[in-house]
Amino acid sequence: MSKDTQILEEFTSSEYKYGFESNIEADSAPKGLNEDIVRFISHKKEEPEWMLEWRLKAYRHWLTLEEPKWPNVTYPEINYQDIIYYSAPKQKVAPKSLDEVDPELRATFEKLGISLQEQKRLTGVAVDAVLDSVSVATTFKDKLAELGIIFCSFSEAVKEHPELVKKYIGSVVPVNDNYFSALNSAVFSDGSFCYIPKGVRCPMELSTYFRINAANTGQFERTLIIADEGSYVSYLEGCTAPMRDENQLHAAVVEIYAAKDAEVKYSTVQNWYPGDKDGKGGIYNFVTKRGICAGDHSKISWTQVETGSAITWKYPSCILKGDHSVGEFYSVAVTNNMQQADTGTKMVHIGKNTKSRIVSKGVSAGKSQNSYRGLVKVFKRAENARNHSQCDSLLMGDRCGAHTFPYIESENSTAQIEHEATTSKIGEDQIFYCTQRGIDEESAVALIVNGYCKEVLNQLPMEFAVEAQKLLALTLEGSVG
Amino acid sequence: MSNAIKADLKQNILNNFKSFEAELNGQSRSEVHQLRRKALDSFESVGFPGVKNEEYKYTPITKSLGKEFDFNNISKSGTIESKKVNDFLIKDLDAYNIVIINGQFSKEYSNVSSVDPKLSIQSLAEAFAEQQALLSTHFAKYANSESDTFTALNTAFSKEGVFINVDSNYIVDKPIAIYFISDADREKVIAQPRNLILVGKNSEVEIIESFYTIGAETSFTNVVSEIVVGENAHVHYAKIGLENDKAHHIGNTQVYQAANSVFNATTATLEGGMVRNNMNIVLDAEGCEANMYGLYLLNGKQHVDNHTMVDHRKPNSFSNELYKGIMNEKSTGVFNGKIFVRQDAQKTNAFQSNKNILLSDDATINTKPQLEIWADDVKCSHGATTGQLDEEQLFYLRARGLSKESARAMLLYAFAHEAIEKVKSDAVRDYLDKLIKERLNKNFQ
Amino acid sequence: MLSIKNLHASIDDKEILRGIDLEVKAGEVHAIMGPNGSGKSTLASVLAGREDYEVTQGSIDFLGNDLLDLGAEERAREGLFLAFQYPVEIPGVSSTNFLKTAVNQIREHRGQEPLDAVSFLTLIKEKMKLVEMDQSLLSRSLNEGFSGGEKKRNEIFQMAVLEPKLAILDETDSGLDIDALRIVANGVNQLKNSDNATVVVTHYQRLLDYIVPDFVHVLFNGRIVKSGTKELALELEEKGYDWIKEEVNEATA
Repeated sequence: MSKDTQILEEFTSSEYKYGFESNIEADSAPKGLNEDIVRFISHKKEEPEWMLEWRLKAYRHWLTLEEPKWPNVTYPEINYQDIIYYSAPKQKVAPKSLDEVDPELRATFEKLGISLQEQKRLTGVAVDAVLDSVSVATTFKDKLAELGIIFCSFSEAVKEHPELVKKYIGSVVPVNDNYFSALNSAVFSDGSFCYIPKGVRCPMELSTYFRINAANTGQFERTLIIADEGSYVSYLEGCTAPMRDENQLHAAVVEIYAAKDAEVKYSTVQNWYPGDKDGKGGIYNFVTKRGICAGDHSKISWTQVETGSAITWKYPSCILKGDHSVGEFYSVAVTNNMQQADTGTKMVHIGKNTKSRIVSKGVSAGKSQNSYRGLVKVFKRAENARNHSQCDSLLMGDRCGAHTFPYIESENSTAQIEHEATTSKIGEDQIFYCTQRGIDEESAVALIVNGYCKEVLNQLPMEFAVEAQKLLALTLEGSVG
Repeated sequence: MSNAIKADLKQNILNNFKSFEAELNGQSRSEVHQLRRKALDSFESVGFPGVKNEEYKYTPITKSLGKEFDFNNISKSGTIESKKVNDFLIKDLDAYNIVIINGQFSKEYSNVSSVDPKLSIQSLAEAFAEQQALLSTHFAKYANSESDTFTALNTAFSKEGVFINVDSNYIVDKPIAIYFISDADREKVIAQPRNLILVGKNSEVEIIESFYTIGAETSFTNVVSEIVVGENAHVHYAKIGLENDKAHHIGNTQVYQAANSVFNATTATLEGGMVRNNMNIVLDAEGCEANMYGLYLLNGKQHVDNHTMVDHRKPNSFSNELYKGIMNEKSTGVFNGKIFVRQDAQKTNAFQSNKNILLSDDATINTKPQLEIWADDVKCSHGATTGQLDEEQLFYLRARGLSKESARAMLLYAFAHEAIEKVKSDAVRDYLDKLIKERLNKNFQ
Repeated sequence: MLSIKNLHASIDDKEILRGIDLEVKAGEVHAIMGPNGSGKSTLASVLAGREDYEVTQGSIDFLGNDLLDLGAEERAREGLFLAFQYPVEIPGVSSTNFLKTAVNQIREHRGQEPLDAVSFLTLIKEKMKLVEMDQSLLSRSLNEGFSGGEKKRNEIFQMAVLEPKLAILDETDSGLDIDALRIVANGVNQLKNSDNATVVVTHYQRLLDYIVPDFVHVLFNGRIVKSGTKELALELEEKGYDWIKEEVNEATA
């Protein structure tokens, strides 16, 4: 066995550090899915009739759909009747202030490095914390409200701002969009809602922190971000889950609406439990994320660092409808051990002079499979559309795979589309150069991988970037040669 | 298209197979015929590709065939005057000429009598009878009926076509040019020629396959060529598509390379209605080299789809690919390039590039360059671009006094020429060059 | 400081070094010369611990350690530095970040506290002057897009920062114009003291006008076939290597 392989072997022993389980009493629905469960969830959330009808419509449509088989991933069939679709931490009364939040719950988030106490929080970040299916706390609400910004849990939004929810829910990701979005539409239990009014530049990062705690539950949250004319917001999302032997399903939907001149930046650091080194357990992360640049000169930018989940299946997309609108997608996807990732983006150019940019960096190690799948579509009226895509894959070890599936469809002769992709091995020469300067092999790998991903990491807000770099090093601990 | 028509087409073909079998005069128990039956089974289970078939996503061939053909009568022979045949022959090309009319080997027009004993060129039908050992080793062993339904269809009805065998250590003295002509003068025609080309160790040969149609009726050509490149052998291959607007064409070129062999291919589609070229290359040994070039110049409502696949199975091989397309008017171009690098294929170098120019707002290009890599010590890259002529270059030429039209033609020619410049024979290259220039002046102003 | 005894090394079963003996003491400068393919760069690589090479016989002692027992980074931390013939480019990793990681890992090895950002910056600014390097190179990706001369200067700059006990310069002069050569040589000379030693691997005598060696060794066919003082280098410059080859052939005939 060569030294490289030895080091690779060692690498598989790195531990998932967020694998603890919290002992929080939960209020759950019985296992399984039927119309009664949908009604149960809607009732629990004290939703108005229209919301229930919307869910039921989605549920009925879901029944007619088949689970998609085209992603380059394999997993045993999911038994949708064996999942708990609703689990909420038990709280006797809704907390009036953050001090009233269950201390055990607060401790859970403290442990994850998320403080729900505003004064302790890093300035400049407002957090909506979601445990299992339910939003437990939102910080800095009042301060944001002064600017007219609405940042609250989805269920609160349904009650307090029904006109906004009614208008935008399902407008970007329609109920019938795909199998998992239909499922989510039927059973979503909570999530974050955000509205930035006209001309307002949100002064702090808004962030949602997701945590799956209870066993056998699926997490189906829904996020809706509406950026009105000329507004700006930067939104962060983080996630972790306990280590469990069974697989857990996470099927979320994120919708972003950007009006004229609005800009939304959405960053994700995804660190769901990836399963153990033999592929046992881990989260199935089947997520639909889409934004529409509805108005002229609007911009949506997705940045994602994907290190967790047993299976990742997501394509944050931009529909560039407004003229001169811009879509961006920056992604780092790291897979190790038995992880599988099929991720990428769709850039749909409809408006004139629309621009999109895709930078995807895949790193595969262990026995993992890492696929980039992307679509750049230019419609006939999208005069002068521009796209540049760069997809690089880095391979570590000889038992992993890297796959690139870019689809390019152009119906307009003035469009300019460029796609470049490379696949290479992490350079032995580079590692030797580092070790000759006294740097140990692991740090050398972390250094090189971070350098390789820099273009994407640079897009993240400061605190997140540091977090992401650490995460990369941790995910690839002990890897390579 | 409705599933009913699809089912009808399929049923007609299954019925047709019975009469085809009956015509075989007792050969139906032969080894080859068992392969045909197996292929028919594959075809029966898969049928024609539907709209959801990923491999035919952008090429609605089934719909188009369903409109034009009922598949009640598959193989047809045609008669063409010699003058017409002579019109097709590539000027100044000294070659062994083979003429296939409506899928049938034409002894009358083929000129293969005076060949060296180290080279055999004959009709596939003859080879079935005379070259049983070679056929039983190679026939239908490379083109996979299970993965492509049109290959299955061709294999099921395989009877006529060209068989070429080049012995070891033999450099074939001149190119072998195969002219496939569909005679649709009087009625619709379906031709399914099948070719097997074996090139022995250390040998070298150049093969040119070109496709034409006569007449105003619709035609459907479903051709399969299997090419085996022996150890350290060199094969230069060109496929030229010059069928008319009413022609449907599905071509499968299936290449298998042994150690240290070289395969150079150029696929130029300059005319045709709905064309699909599949070029599949399997590099099953170390030290192989495969170069693929492609050009498609489209106008009107032409639809040309190039699918290529290079399968690196062993270490230290090299593949390089460049496909270029110019789409005008309401035409559609499709490119799909797959590169597979298997786990054993360390030290693979694979490069792929697809470049397109759209000249009209009604033209479409769909491209999907695809890398699938399971080995880590590799260098692979692919790129795809879609755009227009460079305005700066255009302006530069006009500033030097060229008219807008000739400046455009000059730039388009330069763009296109790169994709055919690796053709081995000067005569073939000149022939393509001339066709490209004519086309650019006529259709791309 | 360095003691090489009967060193044999091969790559892919091909023997390149066939019995090297060499003693280097503190304060000395040794030059290793020889025609192309004689094994000069292999010797440098084996000393630095490149894994492509297999040592089949012999021993190397470095400051009382068995060098062959140490991994590449351990050798570096013990004070062995290789200036690469072809410095590697690492996209996205800035020179500063790279050097800081290296310095602090070496300090950790020596039981020292890591340098904070300020003292680190002070240190590298001071060392940059030594090789007249432009500060902008520090924030750029390591060696990426550097000219040949910049890369070589960057190697000497790293050497200045890491302060090795034994520096091996592998063809550091190749591809340098005369000005760059002078700068590089100046840097090396200023770093020289009675506690450290330098091994200069080169093809050309030119460098030795600037870095004056105490000993010159000629490597041919994997062996040191002749040793002498700097006059030997001049003789080689004048007469080429053919006479050495003949001598060797006669001796073995």
